[in-house]
Amino acid sequence: MARNVAFDLNHPHMEAGLESPIDEEGVHDSFSQLIAEQSQNGGASDSDAFELQELQRQLDEEERDNVAFLSGPGREFQGRRQRDAEWEDADTQAVPLIGERWSSATLKILSSMPSRTIGRNRGAIISQYYNRTMQLRRRRQSRPAIRDFSHSARPSIRGYGIETDSADAEVSKRDRLVNNLQNLSVSDRIRMLRAMPLNVSEKSELRSLALQKEKHTLSRRIPCCSQLKYYIINGARQGWYSWLSFLHSLHLWQVPLKRVSGRFGSGVLSYFLFLKTLLFFNVFLFLVTGAFMVLPQELHPPEPSAGRPSFTGLELLTGAGYFSDTVMYYGYYCNYTLRKSCRDDGGVHNVSLSNGTMPDCVSKHLSYNMPLAYFFTIGVSSFLTCIILVYSMSKSFGQSFRIDKSHSILAIKTFCSWDFKVIKKSSVKLMSENICTQFKELLAEVSHKQVKNTRCQRLWRLMVHGLAWAICVASTTACVLAIFYCSSYMHKNLQFFLRSGVPVTNPQLNEASLLALPVLVSLINLLLPGLFNLAAWMEDYESPSVRTYVSIGRNLMLKVSVLGVLCYHWLGRVAADPTTIGLKCWETFVGQELYRFLLMDFIFTILDTLFGEFLWRLFSEKVLKRRRKPVFDIARNVLELIYGQTLAWLGVLFTPVLPAVQILKLLLLFYIKMSSVMMNCQAPRKPYRVSQMTTVFITLLCFPSFLGASVCVTYTMWSITPSSSCGPFRELKTMFQAGKRWVEELEKDNPNLSVLARAHSYLVENPFFLFVGAGIFLIVIYFHSQVVDGQRKIIGLLQEQIENEGDDKKFLITRLQTIHEQKRTPARRLASQNSNC
Amino acid sequence: MSMSFFIHLFSAHKRFTELLTKDEKDLPNNRVPMERILTLPELKSNPFRKRICNVFSTSEYKDGGLTFEDFLDLLSAFSDSATLEIKSHYAFRIFDFDDDGTLDCGDLEKLVNCLTGETDDTRLTPEEMRQLINNILEESDIDKDGTVNLSEFQHVISRSPDFVSSFKIVL
Repeated sequence: MARNVAFDLNHPHMEAGLESPIDEEGVHDSFSQLIAEQSQNGGASDSDAFELQELQRQLDEEERDNVAFLSGPGREFQGRRQRDAEWEDADTQAVPLIGERWSSATLKILSSMPSRTIGRNRGAIISQYYNRTMQLRRRRQSRPAIRDFSHSARPSIRGYGIETDSADAEVSKRDRLVNNLQNLSVSDRIRMLRAMPLNVSEKSELRSLALQKEKHTLSRRIPCCSQLKYYIINGARQGWYSWLSFLHSLHLWQVPLKRVSGRFGSGVLSYFLFLKTLLFFNVFLFLVTGAFMVLPQELHPPEPSAGRPSFTGLELLTGAGYFSDTVMYYGYYCNYTLRKSCRDDGGVHNVSLSNGTMPDCVSKHLSYNMPLAYFFTIGVSSFLTCIILVYSMSKSFGQSFRIDKSHSILAIKTFCSWDFKVIKKSSVKLMSENICTQFKELLAEVSHKQVKNTRCQRLWRLMVHGLAWAICVASTTACVLAIFYCSSYMHKNLQFFLRSGVPVTNPQLNEASLLALPVLVSLINLLLPGLFNLAAWMEDYESPSVRTYVSIGRNLMLKVSVLGVLCYHWLGRVAADPTTIGLKCWETFVGQELYRFLLMDFIFTILDTLFGEFLWRLFSEKVLKRRRKPVFDIARNVLELIYGQTLAWLGVLFTPVLPAVQILKLLLLFYIKMSSVMMNCQAPRKPYRVSQMTTVFITLLCFPSFLGASVCVTYTMWSITPSSSCGPFRELKTMFQAGKRWVEELEKDNPNLSVLARAHSYLVENPFFLFVGAGIFLIVIYFHSQVVDGQRKIIGLLQEQIENEGDDKKFLITRLQTIHEQKRTPARRLASQNSNC
Repeated sequence: MSMSFFIHLFSAHKRFTELLTKDEKDLPNNRVPMERILTLPELKSNPFRKRICNVFSTSEYKDGGLTFEDFLDLLSAFSDSATLEIKSHYAFRIFDFDDDGTLDCGDLEKLVNCLTGETDDTRLTPEEMRQLINNILEESDIDKDGTVNLSEFQHVISRSPDFVSSFKIVL
């Protein structure tokens, strides 16, 4: 009688009993024994149907043991019946296992194999997840201490605790799965349930079953304090989820984003999502600076200085004039502690300096130390922005980094390249065309990979690359020098006017001439990337992603050098001796410069959108008679956004209202770019890897952009002398001293805090701490890279093992087929003999 | 239950009831036939629309009709919150045109034809098709049985970080 062979590999005894298959003969013998037994049982009949029926019945029983039959005759049973009907005429089909004709019996066995039923069989899914939850439980349980065991205990303590589950054989797989789910922690259970590819109704049934029992056990086992902690944690988690879902349900720009993704796909969508991310950064920054700096100062304005110019329209462009002495700039802020007026005349005159306070007023009213607030707000907001940036960078990196260098470009392209978000019919058609072109290119590449370039060709390619790089570097250097000389010319001009004492004839013209430098820089930022594109056009790259990275690298080089020379001009020239150009307050001047640069950048972006996209489309349609619209260059636009954000971060110290200007700019930019893209552009033809590019852009936002801005701000606060007649840090040697003085005052008042002061001086001011921190960071990175290397090796080994298993499977199937053929032919011979007689 | 879950549920119900005729609205648990589901703008131009309906349909006649629960299953599998495992599981079933549990040469050929479009100038030549399918099988068929089963498919998918964001339908 045929035995039921249960292949439950998770059974603990099975693991112990696996022998090493060194003895090949032994393994083969056992199988042939089994097959011989079966053939003996069915030997009496002269048709093969009987054996097949028996085999099928065994398989049915086996499946009934491992698979849960859910309510009523489940789908899978009906599905199997239908599949049976299909296979009656499947005899003539060639099964590509190794390309031979299989009998219907073999086909039945092939189709019932677990690797092929897992995709469509509900019971198989439940069984698979039962195994996974079992593994998870084993991993999660803590090993009991050795001293809890008696000396004669078995050495293996794996599975301890799980063996206390009821080992009732009649309990179905589904109930066992529910049992496993109950024994997992809440977060693990939620994760497992979410990952199961089952219907919504079945999942809710499983969830309610798992929670039901938990409610009973919870009230029984957990003492009251843990229950309270459980409620608090649960409540906090619910509160956090509802806050997140509230934020999400605000649906900022959901409809326009859906339209863009419906027409252009994920690549162009990622630009708008990046814009949205920057908007949130700026909103956060503005809320912080607004609440702690702008609002208190606005509520207690200092005495207005004499001779305030009237409002002309030019202020909106230059930021100077009427706006100079407002809360927009650094110079307006007071350097004393703000206190509310003690007089009851309702006046809003501000009072006292921190030294001479009226004693009877102090205790009644709140005080606000403005310099300290300014210092700490800038510091804390920079720190928080840094943390958020590093966190989102690491999250994005984790999502897009893949361990093994994939050689399966074609398979990935086939399975993953269809963008289901694209809805519009013409875009779908365009996407199909793009995919077809990419397939043809990849196939050509794969088949011609063997062609090696001759030495001459390689040399020629190197020369072309060298020429292109030379053009780019030369043009960048030329532009940077132009900016340097232009700024030094203007600087000398101002010095000359001041020294010569010529009265100012037209102050408005002087103000407008301040716009010359921003216009020059924006023009350079607009035109030079076009030149880089032209240079790249004549080059020949191995792959489109290399081309993208080189283009990003060149643009980055340009922007970093431009910003570098500007920072030198402001911090090195203007801040060094501001009196020679007649500035009483150099920080306000630098703040105004940054405002002008930001605004000019915005105006030139609009002009670029107008000319680059709108007019070019009209030109190419009407004059060149081309049907294709211009392509939206995602990388270039994102770099523009990053440049603007760097300016905003640089300027927060000098212009606390700059984040608000940036918010307005981003809002307007969103709508302008959205309408321009919809009207004038088409999706990029080259394949665009969204995750990788998003990671690159967030990294660029963090490293050159934020790091550079914070280095400049730190340098300003650490080493540069603030103006002596304006701002919250006047009369201090450096801005940093505001914090230091406060710590000294605290120490004076309360000697117990001297520990804190000493810790402060050791940690923050000592560069040794930074080196140690950086060293630890590098060591952690090294360890992680070693782990990744090890995982790569394991992946290679596992792939070899799977290939060997595949060989086993092929061997078994062909052996099965030959056995059946052998059985069939003597039977047929017998039948023909009978008929002949 | 979070607020955004309810918002999505209500918008899904609204879109679903728009597909029902006036008499059908009163019946409980009715099934919308496939032709009407395919008039939804999110599915209308998708080359995989019929396969999607067939995969999520629980109808006994295999006609691709969806009840509201099936519709919710569809939306949740294509939503932001579905994990990679769920998405790859359903993607496999959608690409398995003959429903036999693996992707063999016929399935792959139909898949590539869906991707490249119906018109003649975007189709691949038979020679290119054969080469493409051979390359795909070489790259993804680890146990060398000539077909790509679910685990091998999930292994390929796990190497592409863009899959999760492209396997998405938003109402």
